Amino acid sequence: MAALAEEQTEVAVKLEPEGPPTLLPPQAGDGAGEGSGGTTNNGPNGGGGNVAASSSTGGDGGTPKLTVAVSTAAPAGAAPVPAAAPEAGAPHDRQTLLAVLQFLRQSNLREAEEALRREARLLEEAVAGSGAPGEVDSVGAEVASALLSRVTASAPGPAAPDPPGTGASGVTAVSGSASGPAAPGKVGSVAVEDQPDVSAVLSAYSQQGDPTMYEEYYSGLKHFIECSLDCHRAELSQLFYPLFVHMYLELVYNQHENEAKSFFEKFHGDQECYYQDDLRVLSSLTKKEHMKGNETMLDFRTSKFVLRISRDSYQLLKRHLQEKQNNQIWNIVQEHLYIDIFDGMPRSKQQIDAMVGSLAGEAKREANKSKVFFGLLKEPEIEVPLDDEDEEGENEEGKPKKKKPKKDSIGSKSKKQDPNAPPQNRIPLPELKDSDKLDKIMNMKETTKRVRLGPDCLPSICFYTFLNAYQGLTAVDVTDDSSLIAGGFADSTVRVWSVTPKKLRSVKQASDLSLIDKESDDVLERIMDEKTASELKILYGHSGPVYGASFSPDRNYLLSSSEDGTVRLWSLQTFTCLVGYKGHNYPVWDTQFSPYGYYFVSGGHDRVARLWATDHYQPLRIFAGHLADVNCTRFHPNSNYVATGSADRTVRLWDVLNGNCVRIFTGHKGPIHSLTFSPNGRFLATGATDGRVLLWDIGHGLMVGELKGHTDTVCSLRFSRDGEILASGSMDNTVRLWDAIKAFEDLETDDFTTATGHINLPENSQELLLGTYMTKSTPVVHLHFTRRNLVLAAGAYSPQ
Amino acid sequence: MAEEKKLKLSNTVLPSESMKVVAESMGIAQIQEETCQLLTDEVSYRIKEIAQDALKFMHMGKRQKLTTSDIDYALKLKNVEPLYGFHAQEFIPFRFASGGGRELYFYEEKEVDLSDIINTPLPRVPLDVCLKAHWLSIEGCQPAIPENPPPAPKEQQKAEATEPLKSAKPGQEEDGPLKGKGQGATAADGKGKEKKAPPLLEGAPLRLKPRSIHELSVEQQLYYKEITEACVGSCEAKRAEALQSIATDPGLYQMLPRFSTFISEGVRVNVVQNNLALLIYLMRMVKALMDNPTLYLEKYVHELIPAVMTCIVSRQLCLRPDVDNHWALRDFAARLVAQICKHFSTTTNNIQSRITKTFTKSWVDEKTPWTTRYGSIAGLAELGHDVIKTLILPRLQQEGERIRSVLDGPVLSNIDRIGADHVQSLLLVTEAPVPAPAPPTPRETAGPSLYLAFFCLQKHCAPVLAKLRPPPDNQDAYRAEFGSLGPLLCSHVVKARAQAALQAQQVNRTTLTITQPRPTLTLSQAPQPGPRTPGLLKVPGSIALPVQTLVSARAAAPPQPSPPPTKFIVMSSSSSAPSTQQVLSLSTSAPGSGSTTTSPVTTTVPSVQPIVKLVSTATTAPPSTAPSGPGSVQKYIVVSLPPTGEGKGGPVSHPSPVPPPASSPSPLSSSALCGGKQEAGDSPPPAPGTPKANGSQPPNSGSPQPAS
Repeated sequence: MAALAEEQTEVAVKLEPEGPPTLLPPQAGDGAGEGSGGTTNNGPNGGGGNVAASSSTGGDGGTPKLTVAVSTAAPAGAAPVPAAAPEAGAPHDRQTLLAVLQFLRQSNLREAEEALRREARLLEEAVAGSGAPGEVDSVGAEVASALLSRVTASAPGPAAPDPPGTGASGVTAVSGSASGPAAPGKVGSVAVEDQPDVSAVLSAYSQQGDPTMYEEYYSGLKHFIECSLDCHRAELSQLFYPLFVHMYLELVYNQHENEAKSFFEKFHGDQECYYQDDLRVLSSLTKKEHMKGNETMLDFRTSKFVLRISRDSYQLLKRHLQEKQNNQIWNIVQEHLYIDIFDGMPRSKQQIDAMVGSLAGEAKREANKSKVFFGLLKEPEIEVPLDDEDEEGENEEGKPKKKKPKKDSIGSKSKKQDPNAPPQNRIPLPELKDSDKLDKIMNMKETTKRVRLGPDCLPSICFYTFLNAYQGLTAVDVTDDSSLIAGGFADSTVRVWSVTPKKLRSVKQASDLSLIDKESDDVLERIMDEKTASELKILYGHSGPVYGASFSPDRNYLLSSSEDGTVRLWSLQTFTCLVGYKGHNYPVWDTQFSPYGYYFVSGGHDRVARLWATDHYQPLRIFAGHLADVNCTRFHPNSNYVATGSADRTVRLWDVLNGNCVRIFTGHKGPIHSLTFSPNGRFLATGATDGRVLLWDIGHGLMVGELKGHTDTVCSLRFSRDGEILASGSMDNTVRLWDAIKAFEDLETDDFTTATGHINLPENSQELLLGTYMTKSTPVVHLHFTRRNLVLAAGAYSPQ
Repeated sequence: MAEEKKLKLSNTVLPSESMKVVAESMGIAQIQEETCQLLTDEVSYRIKEIAQDALKFMHMGKRQKLTTSDIDYALKLKNVEPLYGFHAQEFIPFRFASGGGRELYFYEEKEVDLSDIINTPLPRVPLDVCLKAHWLSIEGCQPAIPENPPPAPKEQQKAEATEPLKSAKPGQEEDGPLKGKGQGATAADGKGKEKKAPPLLEGAPLRLKPRSIHELSVEQQLYYKEITEACVGSCEAKRAEALQSIATDPGLYQMLPRFSTFISEGVRVNVVQNNLALLIYLMRMVKALMDNPTLYLEKYVHELIPAVMTCIVSRQLCLRPDVDNHWALRDFAARLVAQICKHFSTTTNNIQSRITKTFTKSWVDEKTPWTTRYGSIAGLAELGHDVIKTLILPRLQQEGERIRSVLDGPVLSNIDRIGADHVQSLLLVTEAPVPAPAPPTPRETAGPSLYLAFFCLQKHCAPVLAKLRPPPDNQDAYRAEFGSLGPLLCSHVVKARAQAALQAQQVNRTTLTITQPRPTLTLSQAPQPGPRTPGLLKVPGSIALPVQTLVSARAAAPPQPSPPPTKFIVMSSSSSAPSTQQVLSLSTSAPGSGSTTTSPVTTTVPSVQPIVKLVSTATTAPPSTAPSGPGSVQKYIVVSLPPTGEGKGGPVSHPSPVPPPASSPSPLSSSALCGGKQEAGDSPPPAPGTPKANGSQPPNSGSPQPAS
């Protein structure tokens, strides 16, 4: 364990600095880096504090260490990193760096600034200059390489000297930024007075055009697009929404209120229905002053809206705009949109509709190109001490003895190394304890009794209804062996039920413990207090609704996340709170233990997901990049990746090792509220408020299926133990079962699809739907497959 | 594409008056319009922002309803202190008021007396959260247990009934908005057994309705047996439970066909056998089925309507039409038919018009027996104001004549005789005690017609007329228009108006305590033509027959000509206790004289706690009743002092507001019921056996009463 901890600290070192991670290679650059800027900026009033705070708790926050982390801890991950480094990442890196420098200067942190500059070897004038985009590439590349070289040279060194200085600076930075109404900026100059970042962000809108012409421009473009050939029209139609938003914002920014209003009135009906929520936000935004704190608006500016358009269509557009001398629109296209051009046939309307819908457009193609080790880890060899009692029982019958070894061999088949699996020690995992081994053995035994599911053999569903919850049930979790159920409630309590006859016992008080004969064999039994044993234990400690709950795999701990901004770790031996993990300053929407324990992930309103280890009070990783709340977080079965679903309507997959965002899945039309990995680790299923469940192939980074049927938010998703059935539970009071095998059966994973990312989804939801089970006005909050493939569902009865 | 999905994005902002009001409440008197405008913009924006954040909390809290605490959390996100004091989960304490073209939502702050709060016992502690497990599905099939929703929700049953081809299986009926077009019809392949059925061919010319198999599990069969036995069995308690079960249990969908057959067959058999009790039981079953919120009966209406109609218009429903209260059954069934019409009549099946035709036909027919005639009118009258207006009112005159002729005529057919007897016994309350029969009033002569007239007049015609006709009610005019029933009608209209007025004043007319006959009596006769009761003045007393207010011999007051719509207090003296007899019948709703009615009632001080009972006057011995002015009887309350009450039998011991089977339901009694109940809305069926009665069985307990 000591080794492990050491490893951990190392990990910790490498990731906490929040701003700087952007210095990390490209993926971080386009995803995390940019987003982190966004996060800082957009934290609602005074929100900047949280990010800065986290870095300060980290105790340093200087750039140098960061690089150290990369070099030391990422031997395996290093490969993809430099490869992708140059083009895309560099400008962001540099911009960020400049911003940090400027911020430091503003805050009178000369020393830190100097240090940083030395590290980055940036020229003074480069800093002073506003960073012309043109020359960035070379400089950025230079910076990157410089950093790398320096790091390799002085790996052990920089960590030591810096902390005091930077640490202090970090702290002051926090106080500084927290007192200011807004957070430190990522781009441009930092003016202390006037909400610097915002004005910087908005300044892009300041160019004046004739406000009365906007409608004309827009309708001109609209006319052009609607008159273009069918094959181009669908693609070019993607332009409507971002252009509409940016033009509207420009009008508002330049205080042409009436023009803005009429512009909105006139054209908002043209937008696709899935942008409705954003439009609603936009419609309320009518004054320049409003723009300052508006997150949605800032998202729009800070992240370029990504469009994927074929080269032909793009040429068409370009020619049109140039002919018309339509500079206004051209500027917007240039500055605020990222047009991802591909060669080949333009996509059809269906293809486009499947992929769009997120807050910032589609994912760039290269965002999903990096390799993901989605295979499962090799199960540790456990000498199955063939269960005595079972064997005896079966010996009497005679035959079954032969079966046993066979089954074991089946089990050991999976022990063959999966080619897609990450190296066993890619992420340091806790060692198995004896009790874990016992549990594994139990699991295996149960596995042999597992029901084989299929379309003809549907699972039974046992529904646990929380009665008298008065609409207060907010989170549920069930242990892997289905013996305990935890419920998080709006009244800040966490309640743990035992659903087996075995009551919940806590350890005796210290005074009683001292009386126990410590030498006795059954000391572990004796320490438990029989008198207070009960079916239900209530855990008090949070000060806000509990939105997430997760049992540790060994059932010794329970995690809960709450509106009060903390994640708490509870002991299920003493039923007390052990740790409160503070880091998210805003409500924490979800948390989950890693399948191997020890690590856990949390995500919340501050738009970042954090990776923690139970023995560290600060996060090991901060996954930043989402443009809105992180609603749900799930570990990949191999514990090397974390998936997060967000209110920005994207799903991201993060590499635990280096904190990079390795996949961005777009296509949902509403905030994502549930996630689940298939047991084999290849697929991901996500459910959103739009009632649809989308299936994703992680390896190829593609959407592979769409399950329509629910009429309300999909709150819970779970694959059966062998992955044959996908169960989904929803706010529409139904549990639905889907044929997962069929859904994944004939995947279009040919090279073309993979290369272009164009997908054609089969319309086969009805065929895949195996069953729909209505509850009695009980939203299905949680689903769980027992080891024998019985479905447990849970929800609170809410009389209408 | 997007054109169809035009978004409704309202850009609502607070009115600037709100700002002014708020400013004033803060002590800022003069605030410029411009400032207001700026403020509203800003405030509206902030409110929307907070609302959006609050929504987020709602979603994460897995709720469908936004609560006040969500808003608190949203405020907290913005570093704003939450609003304290708005923590009701279910109830947001804003009230709405409008008037003068303005709409206002306000927070009602009541002054609370602390001592009240202290003295009230603590509310019960709410139940704690608990966990309950049940099977949502067993190997793919959803068991029909109370924990699960009914197998086929009502909407689906309706859809199946009305659009059989589009019917979908449970759970698939709601396909999301995102559902692809063209799949609606093929969605029929569902769960369970049908699941494996090959999907229907798209575009196939013939699409067959999937055959539904009405399989009953063993449990269901047992249940069915138990329920049906209990419903027609002899144990009233069991029956009540069974009916309750039918009315509330969600899983009865599959048993519906059996129930409906049971009922229709049962009616068929029992009508022939004139088994009134069973008919009533069956009608109560129909009622219970109708009441079940999870059942949609449309598919079975074809079996139920004939059964119910039979119970309304059948010539004979009981063995002893002279004594048994088949009238109540007719009323009850009439109400059921009206309910069926309301729920299931569509332009396709025309149920209502067909039923109306049936009733009208039998009513118009000269040869129709009186029982059927009664049923037809009752049925029509239940169908609503329009029907009354167009079908009943025009025929009133004719009907009145017919009735008069029947009663006046020397030869009475047997069935008429019964009808007349029935009515007479009803009217005994008012007629019998009259020492010397007054010159025949329309009311007295009307015989059966009176019954009918009363029936429709009081309950139905009068309110309709009250709405139709402008206020001044002139008996002459009424007589001219409606013939012999005119005066009656007139007084009822007057009464109806008064009642409406009374209701508007929210005067509680149901509880009356009168201990002293004298004062009340005098008071009751107090309404003299005077400025206080202008409504009364308008009724020409000369035309109306003298009101016969009969009191017991001792308390007799001279019959006093007073306008019909007055309050009557009738003292009946039964032979048992002539001296102390203090049974009062009090008609409380004196038309047009709200003040006079209420004042005596409220002023009388009960010196002895009396028993107040709603009694069907008909059952009382003839001498115990007193006639009242034409149409003036709305409600009779018999008050008796305990000592005399018990021994007296008749009126006192008969608690049921419903005329016991021995008597026919008198218009008086039914009107009394209505009078009491109309305020509560018309939901409770008229019938009888209501708990208000002292709980003792009606004298003729063999005859069941339809229960509400």
